[in-house]
Amino acid sequence: MNTLTIFRRELKSYFAQPTAYAIIVIFLILSLGLTFTFGEFMRIGDASLEYSFFFWHPWLYMLLAPAIAMRLWVDEQRNGTIELLGTFPVSTWSAIAGKFLAAATVSLVALLLTFPIVITVNYLGSPDNGAIISSYIGSFLVCCTFIGMTMLVSAFTRDQVVCLIVAVTLCTLMVLGGYEPVTRELAKATSPATVEAVTAFGIWDHFASLNRGLFRLQDFVWFASFITLCLVGTSTILSAKRA
Amino acid sequence: MIEVVNISKHFGTKLAVDQLSFTVRKGEVLGFLGPNGAGKSTTMRMVTGFIPPSSGEARICGISITENPYEAKTKIGYLPESAPLYNDMTVMGFLKFCADVRKLSGSAKNDAVEKAIETCFLTSVAHQSIDTLSKGYRHRTCLAQALLHDPEVLILDEPTDGLDPNQKYEVRQLIKRLGKDKAILFSTHILEEVEASCTRAVIVDRGKIVADGTPAELIAKAPNGSLTELFRKVTTTDTAA
Ligand SMILES: Nc1ncnc2c1ncn2[C@@H]1O[C@H](COP(=O)(O)OP(=O)(O)O)[C@@H](O)[C@H]1O
Ligand SMILES: [Mg+2]
Repeated sequence: MNTLTIFRRELKSYFAQPTAYAIIVIFLILSLGLTFTFGEFMRIGDASLEYSFFFWHPWLYMLLAPAIAMRLWVDEQRNGTIELLGTFPVSTWSAIAGKFLAAATVSLVALLLTFPIVITVNYLGSPDNGAIISSYIGSFLVCCTFIGMTMLVSAFTRDQVVCLIVAVTLCTLMVLGGYEPVTRELAKATSPATVEAVTAFGIWDHFASLNRGLFRLQDFVWFASFITLCLVGTSTILSAKRA
Repeated sequence: MIEVVNISKHFGTKLAVDQLSFTVRKGEVLGFLGPNGAGKSTTMRMVTGFIPPSSGEARICGISITENPYEAKTKIGYLPESAPLYNDMTVMGFLKFCADVRKLSGSAKNDAVEKAIETCFLTSVAHQSIDTLSKGYRHRTCLAQALLHDPEVLILDEPTDGLDPNQKYEVRQLIKRLGKDKAILFSTHILEEVEASCTRAVIVDRGKIVADGTPAELIAKAPNGSLTELFRKVTTTDTAA
């Protein structure tokens, strides 16, 4: 109930400022632009969109998700409104959930607005639409993971720049972590255990199977536990800061 | 009503509030006096449930703020010291959000928002964006938020800070008027305010209560019949110690 109130305020605030529009437009330009240029969408005729379109999403999210989510607790702490929120009859948990859902909604809007590409592949060929849907789900989960991560970072600081830099760095590590060329190099230089640890932290493993239309329980568990961990961490940090 | 029992707060090794106890009944306005850094804001933050006390407890209308924060917080209207606001909203939008948080809806919500806007003289800026407001208006917007749900307990941290003399006068009158059927705790370091609007006052220094009584009693205790002298006496001797 209060989660909904917080959610509505945050969402309104995204669209009352240029933030949401700017991020949505940048995402659309880059994701579609990369698909038709470096993705070589026309030449390789990748009707599943896996390599031409969805491949780019983690790279865009590692920059854009922190831009969406950094203000969630940074602004609250900088403006002191956290003191209002903390004395309203709203649990920390409702506030966290409401804010997270608002940021996730902004990214969902951006993602759904890429629908022309789906229409295009269906017009040009006969793609596996099931795989496209599961890719969209995977893409959204990756974005939510980065939003959760950024939210956790935003609980630590009242400085937007610090939050953005730290969050982008962590998200970049998560993208590079499981990225095939990186793991290959890493395998040459370090032990298999290290490679495994780095891959486990990365998103590709989980994203890739959804990209192929595979709904594996383990991937959903991974995304859900990572996001939950970030949100619980946020709550812990916020309470610890007040004590 | 507000009951505070032996409340303390440590920040690391620093003792900001030291075993403070006081009670504010319905119909009372308690002035919380003290120099900067005395622990007034810290006490209020503990009473409103923003920060947990290191020890002791606070009860709002008999409900413990630490054990049942949700219930207790519904009874409180709080104006934080810095009058924080969401800058991206309009005054009206902000108050409607606060009304939603307070579970007001329909005509009750509209009436509450209208009334708060009127009481705090915000009509002319109701549809203005908060980040364009001057300091006095920001302060009153935050005050409006505290009054919105007609709470039984009002906690105001330096409510007249940053206001011009006319606005100060209005706010003191408002506190006096509201104090008839609420329990009000407000902090200040302006001594005339105590005589103007309090039924009782405590002077706090370095986290402890050093004087307590009605304004008349405090004046009677003062060396030459002025509150300023009493304030200087109890707080400076303490700082020297
Ligand atoms: N979050 C905090 N961390 C460390 N010290 C604090 C914190 N908040 C307040 N203090 C210290 O506690 C003391 C009391 O502060 P405060 O309650 O703001 O005083 P007042 O409101 O009476 O001016 C001050 O010495 C202040 O430095
Ligand atoms: Mg203070």
